[in-house]
Amino acid sequence: MKFTLSWLKEHLDTDAGLEEIVERLTMIGLEVEEVTNRADRLKPFRIARVLEAEQHPNADRLRVLKVDTGEGDPVQIVCGAPNARAGLVGVLGQPGDYVPGLDITLSVGKIRDVESFGMMCSERELELSEEHDGIIDLPEDAPVGMSYAEWAGLDEPVIEIGLTPNRPDCTGVYGIARDLAAAGLGKLKERSHEQTRGSYPCPVDVKLDFAGTKAMCKAFGLRMVRNVKNGPSPQWLQDRLTAIGLRPINILVDITNYITFDQGRPLHVFDADKVSGDLVVRRGRRGESLEGLNGKTYEVDETICVISDDNGIESLGGILGGVPSGCTEETVNVLIESALWDEDDIAATGRKLGINTDARYRFERGVDPDYMMPGLEYATRMVLDLCGGEASEPVQAGSVPETSNIIDFPYSEIRRLSGVELSHAEANVVLKSLGFWISGAGDTVRVAAPSWRPDIEGKADLVEEVVRIIGLDRVPLTPLPRQGTVGQKVLTTSQIRRGKSRRALAARGFNEAVTWSFIGKDQAELFGGGNAALALANPISQEMSDMRPSLLPGLLAAAQRNADRGFGDVALFEIGQVFENDTPDGQKMVAAGVRRGTAKLQGAGRHWAGASGDVDVFDVRADAEAALAAIGAPVNKLQVVADAPATFHPGRSGCLKLGPKNTLAVFGEIHPRTLAMLDIEGPLAAFEIYLDALPQPKGKGSRSRGALNASGLMPVRRDFAFLVARDVSAETLLKAARGAEKTLISEVTLFDIYEGKGVPEDQKSVAIDVLLQPRQKTLTDEEIDAVSARIIANVEKATGGTLRS
Amino acid sequence: MSNLDTLESDLLAAIESAENEAALEELRVNTLGKKGSISEQMKTLGKMTPEERQVMGPALNGLKAKITEAIAARKDVLAEAALEARLAGEKVDITLPLRPSPAETGRIHPVSQVIDELTAIFADMGFSIAEGPDIETDELNFTALNFPEGHPAREMHDTFFFNPKEDGERLLLRTHTSPVQIRTMREQEPPIRVIIPGRTYRCDSDQTHTPMFHQVEGLVIDKESHFGHLKWVLREFCKAFFEVDDVKMRFRPSFFPFTEPSMEVDIQCDRSGGEVKIGQGDDWLEILGCGMVHPNVIRNCGLDPDVYQGFAWGMGIDRIAMLKYGMPDLRAFFDADVRWIQHYGFRPLDLPTLFGGLSS
Repeated sequence: MKFTLSWLKEHLDTDAGLEEIVERLTMIGLEVEEVTNRADRLKPFRIARVLEAEQHPNADRLRVLKVDTGEGDPVQIVCGAPNARAGLVGVLGQPGDYVPGLDITLSVGKIRDVESFGMMCSERELELSEEHDGIIDLPEDAPVGMSYAEWAGLDEPVIEIGLTPNRPDCTGVYGIARDLAAAGLGKLKERSHEQTRGSYPCPVDVKLDFAGTKAMCKAFGLRMVRNVKNGPSPQWLQDRLTAIGLRPINILVDITNYITFDQGRPLHVFDADKVSGDLVVRRGRRGESLEGLNGKTYEVDETICVISDDNGIESLGGILGGVPSGCTEETVNVLIESALWDEDDIAATGRKLGINTDARYRFERGVDPDYMMPGLEYATRMVLDLCGGEASEPVQAGSVPETSNIIDFPYSEIRRLSGVELSHAEANVVLKSLGFWISGAGDTVRVAAPSWRPDIEGKADLVEEVVRIIGLDRVPLTPLPRQGTVGQKVLTTSQIRRGKSRRALAARGFNEAVTWSFIGKDQAELFGGGNAALALANPISQEMSDMRPSLLPGLLAAAQRNADRGFGDVALFEIGQVFENDTPDGQKMVAAGVRRGTAKLQGAGRHWAGASGDVDVFDVRADAEAALAAIGAPVNKLQVVADAPATFHPGRSGCLKLGPKNTLAVFGEIHPRTLAMLDIEGPLAAFEIYLDALPQPKGKGSRSRGALNASGLMPVRRDFAFLVARDVSAETLLKAARGAEKTLISEVTLFDIYEGKGVPEDQKSVAIDVLLQPRQKTLTDEEIDAVSARIIANVEKATGGTLRS
Repeated sequence: MSNLDTLESDLLAAIESAENEAALEELRVNTLGKKGSISEQMKTLGKMTPEERQVMGPALNGLKAKITEAIAARKDVLAEAALEARLAGEKVDITLPLRPSPAETGRIHPVSQVIDELTAIFADMGFSIAEGPDIETDELNFTALNFPEGHPAREMHDTFFFNPKEDGERLLLRTHTSPVQIRTMREQEPPIRVIIPGRTYRCDSDQTHTPMFHQVEGLVIDKESHFGHLKWVLREFCKAFFEVDDVKMRFRPSFFPFTEPSMEVDIQCDRSGGEVKIGQGDDWLEILGCGMVHPNVIRNCGLDPDVYQGFAWGMGIDRIAMLKYGMPDLRAFFDADVRWIQHYGFRPLDLPTLFGGLSS
């Protein structure tokens, strides 16, 4: 919402300066976004007269002008505007001047071999309007040599406020003045529109006809003014409109635009001679269309409210007028419309047709219903004053709905919600100055909101009105009471797990990334997603269309982006949500990481102490286990199973499971086919940990860890080497060794794997080191031999292998 | 006697000039061994007269002790020299560059760190951390929060929608963390003190907007918390978070459907140096929106707004991270450029606490 300072002062009697007004506007909730003064930017542009306009020797469309700047010799300007002609008085920019609409600074140029010392400007080039069909064409008597901005009255502050959607009353300058007056910044000049007595009945009637469906128009006022003389608006009116970025058209249209911004009351004018029969306000019908005043044609249907006559549709009610019945300078008889539309229907129609007009902006927020007929009076008065003519009696269809909303208001609400102690009298002054009615006395009164405040619903709204006007700085800072204990644990298990796994992974050299929650459909499908319920209806791009089933596509792509920048050895992780379905339970928390190139735990790339090899399945299994350990998973009880999803290398990937059905993590090198489908390059290894899959920790037990049971006796080590088939897993062998004796065997370590010379084909040699920890007494050789024999027997039985001799 | 004296001075000279432990050992065998020169002399004692023996015995024993001692002393010197020589040979270039440890190269994303900072601050004020799903219902994202159907405020949210289901319900990606307010109030008895950090989404993408971003929301519901408490909480938060002794704040009336009264909050800043400095200067910077929870919202959660009251506020986590740590561009938060993460990220073991200072 834009307005000029002088426009505001038309409604507000105040001594306050610009700065004070701007400050106060912001502090009462009408936030000033910008104060501009077009004269500042347009200072150098002067009024100049074209003395000669010759055809350019080398270009059909260009002319070479001799321009009188008001001082010195005429200057030569090359100009392509169709209206450039001798005698035209326009606006000249000279070398060194900045042209805001073009964002260039002028210099002496040569256009098709003819020198040009500046330019004659269009309105768009000076950001005065969108007009660009020709250069500015001023009245002949405009003073040549004078600053254009000064002459045109542009030297005035234009204030723009960012209006919140709850304040339709401030879509007009009058409403803004009322708020400022309430805030003590002057006195509101109360509006009063004298009624014009019509001298004849309105020859056009209006009917609301919704054929039993919901009324999209609540009330409609109409009035004819005949024998008007339309034409360009007087300068003051044109100045007001151009100052806020509107283009003056003709008096009748300008009056409607003016009252829209002055009072927040949109109006429409029809050329009565182009209207055939009475007006009917109804739902549109499929097949009907209207050429709007914005130059575009719109198809309507039954969800769109139209104003029609015998010729068809003449207007999209409350949103956009039509060309066929629009007012032009030739208009002699005019019909003025002031109507009340359904807010939701206006919003829906505007969205559907993609039309944003000043009328829609106001109607969808809710105009003052009680001002419908006064607005019509105001417009009638202005038409009569500026165009002459005779007004008919007004007609009205429908009825203006009752708005009175009476609120029982205990003054104590002010203290309860805001903490401010305020006298009843002070609260009353504020509410009354905003137009509220107060009745009753005592601690609770009845308060009625004015018709222009549809946003006021209840007590809290009244508290807001009072507090915003007296100033929020009167609210006392009040410490929130502490809760009688020291700080309690506030994090949930899920939050704790995320925090611990995050720092564990970062401590393993990973950099934490945050990638989009949505990925492309093909990627989602590749990683087990692609569920139609998880596809956005309005994605921002094809690459961000589906909620991710896995963090890996985002991380793999991120690793590639880094590689493309020249940083191929990266370790990235993310902790975030993935989506199995669209229910809250279908959203799971996952920690995932990728290692690319040689980004291993000990470092990446070449080094004097030994180069790092390519990342592999063991790197990421170690990461997964470390993160699981950090969140309290029993890592040594997990099963390592080779059945990772197909996106991983089939022989170099696996799962970590707690029991046969509960997969806590997957890990492995990425399948070459996955890399190809994602159009990325490896080596890449990755893991994903399902943080929610780990069972909740047991409740509050004792924190005691029990006594340390460290034996004072020397442990004994024994090495064994077995020949087993190549496909026997290490885990099978180790498990058999560990299980051979429960009390003595405290640790089994696999320290060598060998295939090749000396070992039969299809077999491998696996060497383990078993630590025996005696508890009561030192072991005898016989006891050691007995345990060794059980280990050998157990392993041979489990693996089908033999002890290597 | 002069014989012995000569022998002694010869042997001592030989010991002194023995160049290594092997030569010394040979010398020892040649003197003190069974057939060594001193041992041979000792054997002659038996054939001597008692008088001679009385003289030669002590002399020979003295010589033997002296030589033994000299050999031992020489041995120590040689061993020391050998060790010195070995150590000299083991010298390395200690300036060779090391591989940095993984804990030195890993980094925490600023968003995570800032959430930890927020947690530290608000846990101290008795808040816990509430969360909710990213995929929400229209009811929780809008209706229960007092956004009327078709209201312009709803339009301003640029919502991502999913396709309607058979029953006509259309889910969406939450446009703010506020639906968790509703979930919390419906599930938990007051008094309630929570903050709600999380991912939020709006279909908007340009220089300063990303389709996904992070918000943190705060909610207090009880029977007495009013706007004065809200002001205090936010001021204490800003001081603690930006780690400044004092900060001026400006509360401006505004509008949000789910609060009444509603305010926007500006914080004192200095923009003169090209970078925004919080807590100094005389410029204002908008950082958050807040207000008293709207009676309709309280009612929508099954509570009586004449009994229960409270306040809520919300702000961008990415935005306050940018203000505190000086990142110029929001989009880089989601690009995973390791150079950016290394520069703006945090060390793995730097867990923010109030007692240790959030970021020091």
